Amino acid sequence: MSLITFDPARVPTFQVAAKSLLGDTQMRKNVRHATNVIQNKRAIVVNEMPDWQQLRESGRQIKEHTLLHLDFYLQQFEENCTAAGGVVHWARDAAEARQIVIDLVKQSGSQEVIKIKSMTTEEISLNKGLEANGIHAYETDLAELIIQMGNDLPSHIVVPALHKNRQQIREIFKREMNLPNLGDQPADLAEAARTFLREKFLRVKTGVSGANFLIAETGGVCVVESEGNGRMCLTLPETLITIAGVEKVIPRYQDLEVFAQLLPRSATGERMNPYTSIWTGVHPTDGPRKFHIILMDNARTKILADEESRQTLACIRCGACQNICPVYRQTGGHAYGSVYAGPIGAILTPQLQEMHSGQSLPYASSLCGACYEVCPVKINIPEVLIHLRHKVVEQDTQGFGALNPEALAMKAMAMLFMSESRFRAAQRMGRMAERPLVNKAGWVTWLPGLLGGWTQVRDLHEMPKQTFREWFEQRGSKDGK
Amino acid sequence: MANSAEARTEILRRIRVAIGPAADRSAIEREWSGIQRAYKHVTSIDLDGRLHQLEDRLRDYDAGVYRSTRAGVGVLVASILNERGKQTMAVPSGIPAEWHPSGVTFVEDLRGDVSQIDACQGVLTSATLAIAETGTIVLQDAPGQGRRAVTLLPDYHLCVVDAANIVQTVPEAMALLQSTSHLATTFFSGPSATADIEMTRIKGVHGPRFVDVILIVD
Repeated sequence: MSLITFDPARVPTFQVAAKSLLGDTQMRKNVRHATNVIQNKRAIVVNEMPDWQQLRESGRQIKEHTLLHLDFYLQQFEENCTAAGGVVHWARDAAEARQIVIDLVKQSGSQEVIKIKSMTTEEISLNKGLEANGIHAYETDLAELIIQMGNDLPSHIVVPALHKNRQQIREIFKREMNLPNLGDQPADLAEAARTFLREKFLRVKTGVSGANFLIAETGGVCVVESEGNGRMCLTLPETLITIAGVEKVIPRYQDLEVFAQLLPRSATGERMNPYTSIWTGVHPTDGPRKFHIILMDNARTKILADEESRQTLACIRCGACQNICPVYRQTGGHAYGSVYAGPIGAILTPQLQEMHSGQSLPYASSLCGACYEVCPVKINIPEVLIHLRHKVVEQDTQGFGALNPEALAMKAMAMLFMSESRFRAAQRMGRMAERPLVNKAGWVTWLPGLLGGWTQVRDLHEMPKQTFREWFEQRGSKDGK
Repeated sequence: MANSAEARTEILRRIRVAIGPAADRSAIEREWSGIQRAYKHVTSIDLDGRLHQLEDRLRDYDAGVYRSTRAGVGVLVASILNERGKQTMAVPSGIPAEWHPSGVTFVEDLRGDVSQIDACQGVLTSATLAIAETGTIVLQDAPGQGRRAVTLLPDYHLCVVDAANIVQTVPEAMALLQSTSHLATTFFSGPSATADIEMTRIKGVHGPRFVDVILIVD
């Protein structure tokens, strides 16, 4: 039973965590392989869509529109879901959401729950909370089962066990399911999971899920998946409890036509995922007798209030930004110290922590912009990263922070840039100061102190003998003009 | 729950603070209607093109695909089930009697305990519609399609789709489904699959691992 969780307030900074993870060559090989496979598949199915850019733009506009009327759509969802027999709960934060789930499970009379993969439940460490109350949660998604049995942490929002290869998974299943002769073909491993979980699906009376979309117009909920474990959890239990962030609502049923095209192609490189389920409240002779849904804030309204980073909430959790990110592809997901890794995690995690922790994450990027290009709802992640870096710097330079060496250096730079004569003097001084450091080929390969960070991994070209302005002025006087 | 009511008020208040004063319903509806939707909505190929595209996509997912006349469905069902070695098939109510060949036991789902369905070797259903471009078949809680569990528990699904109900694009499908959007609805695209192990799509985890589709073409 995996009960370890990310605690963003306690994890090391991204830079520290990344440094040690970079030594895990097996993990890096697994991540590289998996992300290459997804990226190639995605490229094929995206390129066959001539209207892909139009779909992205519509996706962006639908999400933007929804966020600007979020209270209206949440209340419309609540009204319609309630009318269809669902029970809507509201939770301000993770602790409230956990408590509601715990109380509902107890009410349902069950000591066990079957769970669909849900990053929202990971975000609030639900399993740990349930276990502390004597309730055992069975993860039923293959990757989540691997994580749970391996006492591990998710490293990707779509494929949480992406950092494990088939031999490693076999070892976990052999041990945990007591199957000494288990093969290591993916089909063998999937078969083992099928057999192990079938009995749970038929026996456990309470299911817990996340949600991909809440449809305000109908009160319906949509869950997108591959394996059929989702359908099992949504259909077979007597009680179903769904947890969704408030940003998951979309205005109308028709809007699904955009996301049903964007999400599977972006997430797993498929034209369509194997299963998409839509249900509305309670269906009298089909599925659970009782349906509860928890609408959770947990700092989302804080993000909503920040105009420059509001677009973070448009995320449909496809993971395409993780697969393409040159940083994530090297470090894997664990370095981010959060269930939300990669570029989206770098902007989402610190904001969910209300900037009290995760401040190193906005720096976990080269700002290359690949994440923005693949984002199916056009979240300008680099723009938000820079905005958050600004916030971090503001935090760091509060009070005595204003006296830290970097802040002082930046202040000095600002002084120089403010006046042309000071700037010119600095350039001349720089040329003199660098002289002992420049090698014969004209490169600086070592810099002292704080500046050494630059030359640790790359060389710096010597400054030009002359600036453009100096050249221009000389040229003018030579020509006598 | 009193606590939840308090939370509700507080969350709605926070949202108002974050985004400013509320617009009225008609303004919101106008704004929604103004959302740009320049993507493809309509079918650009004829029925034959749609059939071919759907067949191609379904085979890509590793589903079996057959064509039949309306009158020939029963015979084809018999031969497919015979080849698959299936003797007991679950069926939802509302399946035409002529689709039930002799020699196979058909167990009608009476919506009681699911163990009866779980014990069947397969399930035979019709479908609401199919989307050619994505190889997707849509099932709803309607006669011939049944409750969701019936197409989930058996390891084999034989699905009969009327070619008249094949559209090309997802937007066309959603437009057709709008009037029945309150029904429990499942989109399935090929057999159950996972790519959780090294991102290799492999057939079959919990849903039906084997799927055959009969397309009725008159």
